[in-house]
Amino acid sequence: MEAEAPELEQSVEARKAEQKARLKGLDRKTLVELYYQMLLVRRFEEKSAESYSMGKIGGFCHLYIGQEAVAIGAISAVRRDDYVITSYREHAHALAKGMTPESVMAELYGKATGCSKGKGGSMHMFDKSVGFLGGHAIVGGQIPLATGVAFASKYLGTDQVTLCFFGEAAVNQGAFHESLNLAQLWKLPCIYICENNQYGMGTSVERAMSFQDISLKAHAYEIVGEIVDGMDVLAVREATRRAVERARKYSLPTLLEVRTYRFMGHSMSDPGNYRTRAEIEQHQERDPLKLFAATLRETGTISETELKDLDTRVREEVANALRFADESPEPDPRELYTDIYANPIPPTESAE
Amino acid sequence: MAVITIREALNQALREELQRDKNVFLMGEEVAAYQGAYKVTKGLLEEFGAQRVIDTPITELGFAGLGVGAAMVGLRPIVEFMTWNFSILATDQIINSAAKMLYMSGGQFKIPMVFRGPGGSAFQVSSQHSQALESWYAYFPGLKVVMPSTAADAKGLLKSAVRDDDPVIFIEQERMYGQKGEVPDDVDFTIPLGVADVKRAGTDATIVARSLMVPLALKAAEELEKEGVSCEVIDPRTIRPLDIDTIIKSVRKTNRVVVAEESHPFCGVAGEISAEINERAFDYLDAPVRRVSGADVPMPYAKNLENLAIPGVAQIVAAVREVAYL
Repeated sequence: MEAEAPELEQSVEARKAEQKARLKGLDRKTLVELYYQMLLVRRFEEKSAESYSMGKIGGFCHLYIGQEAVAIGAISAVRRDDYVITSYREHAHALAKGMTPESVMAELYGKATGCSKGKGGSMHMFDKSVGFLGGHAIVGGQIPLATGVAFASKYLGTDQVTLCFFGEAAVNQGAFHESLNLAQLWKLPCIYICENNQYGMGTSVERAMSFQDISLKAHAYEIVGEIVDGMDVLAVREATRRAVERARKYSLPTLLEVRTYRFMGHSMSDPGNYRTRAEIEQHQERDPLKLFAATLRETGTISETELKDLDTRVREEVANALRFADESPEPDPRELYTDIYANPIPPTESAE
Repeated sequence: MAVITIREALNQALREELQRDKNVFLMGEEVAAYQGAYKVTKGLLEEFGAQRVIDTPITELGFAGLGVGAAMVGLRPIVEFMTWNFSILATDQIINSAAKMLYMSGGQFKIPMVFRGPGGSAFQVSSQHSQALESWYAYFPGLKVVMPSTAADAKGLLKSAVRDDDPVIFIEQERMYGQKGEVPDDVDFTIPLGVADVKRAGTDATIVARSLMVPLALKAAEELEKEGVSCEVIDPRTIRPLDIDTIIKSVRKTNRVVVAEESHPFCGVAGEISAEINERAFDYLDAPVRRVSGADVPMPYAKNLENLAIPGVAQIVAAVREVAYL
């Protein structure tokens, strides 16, 4: 099966050469910030896994390790007032959109200080103040929502765009096809970003999709579709910038098929018996952080010492987030019955 | 006060709310150019334009979810299902997105939105186009469920639903669009959600009826009056949240209750109302609460079978006689 994955054929040197070519025109600050964010996600997720194993995080917990370049690259291409909406594997998108590690970790811990007040958990992070619209846990369910958010931007005459992330398994849902049809029919500024990590839970894309060239599915709706190297943060950023321009200037949707790979299981309870260790290791050779660190180092953008300092800083930030989450109070029991209705109807005078 | 049909009352409510707030828009299948499959949206495209009165493809999950997304960022969508039967395709977005968004976002994202259209039994369209789904939607905290039975209620409740900041399931009865009633002309005439209406006062038995069953319950009350049985008819109008207090107040007075509905009996709204009465007013009951429900079968096509599947005045009268031990 390895032979069938063309991305695995490419040498590390060739990949570095490609990434170096993409550095052109990007200032040092931007590049370091991109690396910092990817590293923050990596360390955040590693600690999430630890906390999960210690029983401090409950329920389902889907980690993003291996896919960092996708969320970080794509979200770096939009403004703070643009919208991001995604699936249940969303810690990275939340952090990339500007949510604090504290509020995300506290939500994982089910604490009152979490971004959703402890009512959403790993799969339902929200932060209105930074345009992060969730955190949706029915596969493909966020795709019509994103389409509606983009519809609202057009209706209100703003130039905001919407990034909608989903896994490749969502492409088999009707919600995907219904949304793309509406988006092009009504010319909506929505960018559909398919994170093709090659497995829907334990089912490989080969076992689930009759025609696997996802970017070409865009053509069925007369939408521009593009394949993007999801292990190269700059490739994702570039492709997203093109799509953002199409959305902002011309109010048109785009479908990006971003080819990536998750190094961890589907969730924390995944035994991983549907793929070999060798396969995972082959993909780990393409680790987006390793690649980007090498590129930055070899181009003299950042020194070895600076890379180490960055790692120290990130580890401290994650440690602070863990401490904050640990020390935060649980939600008040009264919170059980709040936020059900925006306009609750008070009971009429009791007949008792 | 003008005397108009329920269809016209709904049309007025939509027109007035579209006039009042630019963030209100209407979308659905055939709502614009075709003027509405049931003509509820007649003339609205002409007045408000294609940007606000929007024909959708037949893609219920897609446009329902699109509406929820638009509501997340400040619009106030009115999504029409050509009939509620088709909403079944959109339930993921109604239940998992609209109903739960406010809660799971810790109060950050309200969904000020109306899902509306005709529901309940229609005329001879068989099983897939003739069913009552209110118990489904009323099951979910986060949704409000409204079912008007008169022209005035239709207008006043729809206007309140559009102004409400929560997702409202607004079920119009397909057979009742042509029924006429007096409706106030005031553009700010609204009826609050969550308040039941005593459609007829009485002392001997309470009939709780909604939607299609309200006019039938009133006819039953008239017949029973001739026998000297005075019935109180209560229309909850809003199924969730249910104004149980108005019902309990009546039960304490009459001590006998019939709950009439056209929906299937199993896991239905009448069962819920019956349970509430048992829990809150058991000691006031002189007879077990009696349900009159639609037949527990998919709706048949043949006229005679269809008539057997939907409760009529005779069944309601019989049930009242039963609880009154007559």
